[in-house]
Amino acid sequence: MSEKSYRDAIREAMMEEMDRDPAVLIMGEDIGVYEGTFRITAGMLKKYGPKRVIDTPIAEAGMVGTAVGMAMLGLRPIVEMMTMNFAIVAADQILNHAAKVRYFSGGQVDVPLVVRGPQGAGVQLSAQHSQTFESFYAHFPGIHVVAPATPADAKGMLKTAIRGRDPVIFLESAALYGMKGEVPDDPDFTVPFGKSRVAREGSDVTIVSFSRMLQLSLIVADKLSKEEGIECEVIDLRTLRPLDMEPVYASVRKTHRAVAVQEQWKPFGAAAEIAANITETVFDELDAPVARVTGEDVPMPYARNLELLATPHEEDIARAVKKVMYAHG
Amino acid sequence: MAKAKKESDSAVIDPACAPEWTELLKQMILIRRFEEATEREFRKGKIGGYLHVYIGQEAVSSGIVSALRKGDAVFCGYRDHAQALALGSDPGKVMAELFGKATGVSKGKGGSMHLFDVEHGLYGGYGIVGGHLTLAAGAAYAKRYAGNDGIVVCYFGDGAMNIGSFHEAMNMAGLWGHQGMCPIIFIIENNGYAMGTSVERHSALTDLSARVRAYAIPTEKVDGQDIFAVRGVADRVVRQVRETGKPYCIEAVTYRFSGHGAADILQPYRSKEEVEKHKHRDPVVILRTRLAEVCGLSDDDVKAMDEWAVDEAAKAVKFAEESPAPADEELFADVVAEHGPRPVRESEHE
Repeated sequence: MSEKSYRDAIREAMMEEMDRDPAVLIMGEDIGVYEGTFRITAGMLKKYGPKRVIDTPIAEAGMVGTAVGMAMLGLRPIVEMMTMNFAIVAADQILNHAAKVRYFSGGQVDVPLVVRGPQGAGVQLSAQHSQTFESFYAHFPGIHVVAPATPADAKGMLKTAIRGRDPVIFLESAALYGMKGEVPDDPDFTVPFGKSRVAREGSDVTIVSFSRMLQLSLIVADKLSKEEGIECEVIDLRTLRPLDMEPVYASVRKTHRAVAVQEQWKPFGAAAEIAANITETVFDELDAPVARVTGEDVPMPYARNLELLATPHEEDIARAVKKVMYAHG
Repeated sequence: MAKAKKESDSAVIDPACAPEWTELLKQMILIRRFEEATEREFRKGKIGGYLHVYIGQEAVSSGIVSALRKGDAVFCGYRDHAQALALGSDPGKVMAELFGKATGVSKGKGGSMHLFDVEHGLYGGYGIVGGHLTLAAGAAYAKRYAGNDGIVVCYFGDGAMNIGSFHEAMNMAGLWGHQGMCPIIFIIENNGYAMGTSVERHSALTDLSARVRAYAIPTEKVDGQDIFAVRGVADRVVRQVRETGKPYCIEAVTYRFSGHGAADILQPYRSKEEVEKHKHRDPVVILRTRLAEVCGLSDDDVKAMDEWAVDEAAKAVKFAEESPAPADEELFADVVAEHGPRPVRESEHE
């Protein structure tokens, strides 16, 4: 184990996989000479050369589409989105092509493609640069949707993504890039998709989350434990598709109360999916309706005070926990 | 320069009583009869969804594809039956795909618009106009990256040239071509219409090739009704692209005799006279006549070929008809390679 930042974990995963397999290459806007807006790809052009580290024009459909074609022919392209907000420009290539070709070809091609990049709000980037996309992509069959909350998961799941046979939308939290954590040194350390984990054990309320909101939930859980004696069990979904709800059900059977936390908008979001699954499967175990903590239903404003109002905070999660315990008031 | 090229092209062609030309005529007649059969089966309700046939444009598929070799890859839009047959896909399996049967080239899960036959070099059949151009450019990069000399051919219609992915694909192909990393031939199947909107009405610049040249990709216009012309250009361009790793674009000027799709019955965007006029330049007739004049192909030879093609199409229909529908389990197969937990169905709750 070594302590590493989320950012370094991502870079290491890519470089180790590029060392391991010559079919792995990376492409994106200003990832080579410029070394990346978030410096995730620093040093990679120098090490691997322009054939494997491809600076593309600002053309998201072009870079994802060409990567799909590369993947169909046996390469393992990683496409870095400067931010995931720009991937919407490539939605047709991701959703109509990458996610579908295996199926409509009757399984004749693999599409080992990773589209990765940062997302999320918090540094006053306003409406077009602050969004999160879990539920957008997780709606579609044919792709995997990954949202790591720790450096170890970022590394382990990115490796699983690169080694896989299917398109993966790898959603990084820009706010977590500097976060440090213990990461296994084994170059073959991988984290499988579809395995949620218990990030913190507790007996009173189950909090279900992923990515940055998972870290926020852990802070709230510790605070509630110290200050009010409320023990929250916190579940990290890790991947939204495939979605592993079993640890959530097991937890709800114990706590009988659940809160789902996400950064994105409430309507049709990941928290709604989590709540619906809990209701469908362990309804009889519930002592309270599942509560949702989400961002406000508005385009992200620029002004700092408004931005803070629009995103979920510790108090919002604490309030929801007390609400399902009927302890608010 | 262009003239000199033309002469060398026809030099490939003229001593052409080679058996290959007769085979190409057979192939084009088969495609014609196959497409006519699909139209009949569509009207009978045996084929669902959309149906876009290639009638009138056969020289564009056969003329290019016949210049390729194993290891090359073809991408095309949804008017894809002819490319599959030209590449050597089994007509029965292609028809079975249109019938939605388990024996179809794509296991009955793609249909008319998504024919795939990777073994024969067909990487699809795509239904979003222009969407596949980027895939094809990436596939070409992959060919060179892997260090082999395979090339990619990407078919698309004039109607695909106004969408963003066309421009993004062309620009990236042009860029990668500078490094010899994009061995691709773009084929504009310019049949004059984007569905029902004529080139004059859909493109601000009607010289379509000029728009490709804007991305540093050389272009050439060819009479898409004349397979001698198409094949002549193809032989030279395939060789050149294979050697250089640089993209090239052939604009094949052609005409579709059938409607845009099987539901395009009234065709209010063009006159009967216009269609009739173009039918005088039927690619099958042009090749047949030439082989009769130059190589002594007899009426009996042609009749025998036609009977064979009609029979092949009928056998394909019979095979499709008698094939089983995909098993229910196929619904969940091929969504992703590694299955996550399958959603629990109602009945499994009991």
